[in-house]
Amino acid sequence: MEKSSPFRLKVSGTNACFTRPEMKVERVSYDVMTPSAARGILEAILWKPAIVWRILRIDVLNPVRWESVRRNEVGAVVPAGTVKTVMNRGRGNLGLYVENERQQRAGLFLRDVAYVIHAEFAMTDQAGPEDSVTKFEQMFIRRATSGQCFQRPYFGCREFPVDFEFLSRELELPAAIEESRDLGWMLYDMDYSGKEPMPQFFHARMENGSLDLRNVEVRS
Amino acid sequence: MSDPIKNRYEFVLLFDVKDGNPNGDPDAGNLPRIDPETGNGLVTDVCLKRKVRNYVGLVHGEQPPYEIYVKEKAVLNRQHERAYQAFELKPESKKLPKNEEDARKITGWMCKNFFDVRAFGAVMSTEVNAGQVRGPVQFAFGRSIDRVFTGEHSITRMAVTNEKDLEKERTMGRKFTVPYGLYRVHGFISAPLAKQTGFSEGDLELFWKSLQNMFDHDRSAARGEMAAQKLIVFKHESELGNAPAHKLFDLVTVEKNCGDAPPRSFGDYDVAVGAAPAGVERIEML
Repeated sequence: MEKSSPFRLKVSGTNACFTRPEMKVERVSYDVMTPSAARGILEAILWKPAIVWRILRIDVLNPVRWESVRRNEVGAVVPAGTVKTVMNRGRGNLGLYVENERQQRAGLFLRDVAYVIHAEFAMTDQAGPEDSVTKFEQMFIRRATSGQCFQRPYFGCREFPVDFEFLSRELELPAAIEESRDLGWMLYDMDYSGKEPMPQFFHARMENGSLDLRNVEVRS
Repeated sequence: MSDPIKNRYEFVLLFDVKDGNPNGDPDAGNLPRIDPETGNGLVTDVCLKRKVRNYVGLVHGEQPPYEIYVKEKAVLNRQHERAYQAFELKPESKKLPKNEEDARKITGWMCKNFFDVRAFGAVMSTEVNAGQVRGPVQFAFGRSIDRVFTGEHSITRMAVTNEKDLEKERTMGRKFTVPYGLYRVHGFISAPLAKQTGFSEGDLELFWKSLQNMFDHDRSAARGEMAAQKLIVFKHESELGNAPAHKLFDLVTVEKNCGDAPPRSFGDYDVAVGAAPAGVERIEML
């Protein structure tokens, strides 16, 4: 499939939580941004069924620092069945009482994060005759440069908004941190091709502050 | 109901607390939340959303279409049954599988009746993915401009709870307050997501009002005096926005003007708002 030229987007924010799937109740973030979170950021700026984003590399610009926050959360979801009954009857008492469903959960979040996402998109078979790589390339550059977005992108959770800045090819890349680390197995992305979304993992290695995703082996 | 909003918005809310605890930390025995690295105070996003919900619930008496889904019992111990107006959904594409269509109906109906589902979104437990709605309104954590100090006060009660403590005559308690803190919080409203939940111009009006007035209806022994001091809204001409959000937030500067003395009132701060770039309207609501 046809693909775009690679783009570079600088993203930063006060906090971030790229939740490890094995620690979801009391959220603990991965040390760095996952490819799937990076994809989510790009999709918040531009996405159409005609394109699919691929993350090529993630540069870590700030040292990894942590912050812990405990919050009162609810552990319930809207019961679709009850809603349906009330909907059909036209009356009833919906609503969720926080005191009955309270859960206190701590979260271990990252703080003062900044990354450069290197990514490209490829066209999918859903592309129409009027869709072309150039069209979406121009659209993305225009949106990312002027700060436009479909929705505010976020770092893992919606309370951690992302500031983004398009880095054109002429601009020099901001320096990544000088640190190499084996980050272990990390979430690559969710595979939505089957009936249920399936997580895929990869062995992440940060080399001089940079996470190369081009030739990683992805396992589900 | 009016049409969904057609502009992107960002907002900066400045609120302060005097001799109160704006947001307790369950990890630290209900001390005010503090960022241990910088000493600045912290107020979570969910804390503020709760207050918006309470305000809207209060103003509209918990009636659809402004009912509040996530309720606090303390505020509403009324056990009346609500009657919901059934509404006709426009027929969706027939190609969709049956249960997805169902899920859409349910989320659509919830959005229509509940203000907080429309504004903040909700997770509905249907089998299909469509059961989740993202709301257009998004809050970040609020942080204080300067370091806040926590005062610890021991207080006495001239009564005891248990019979066996009768001879003690009184019990001691503890209260934590911030003498003064000015907090700044950033928020975002996405027009494309508003379209998905039907968050309308009328809802937006109500939301701005709730930000300005929510502290006035949240008085308690713990909170002290809290007040919204400034609400600066940036309205983009277009749905997707006309300027980067962080550039707009940078236009709002808050500086201490009392030198080395600890700030003790809003007057100890100077707030300046720069001119908005082309395509963005700056609205100072408060």
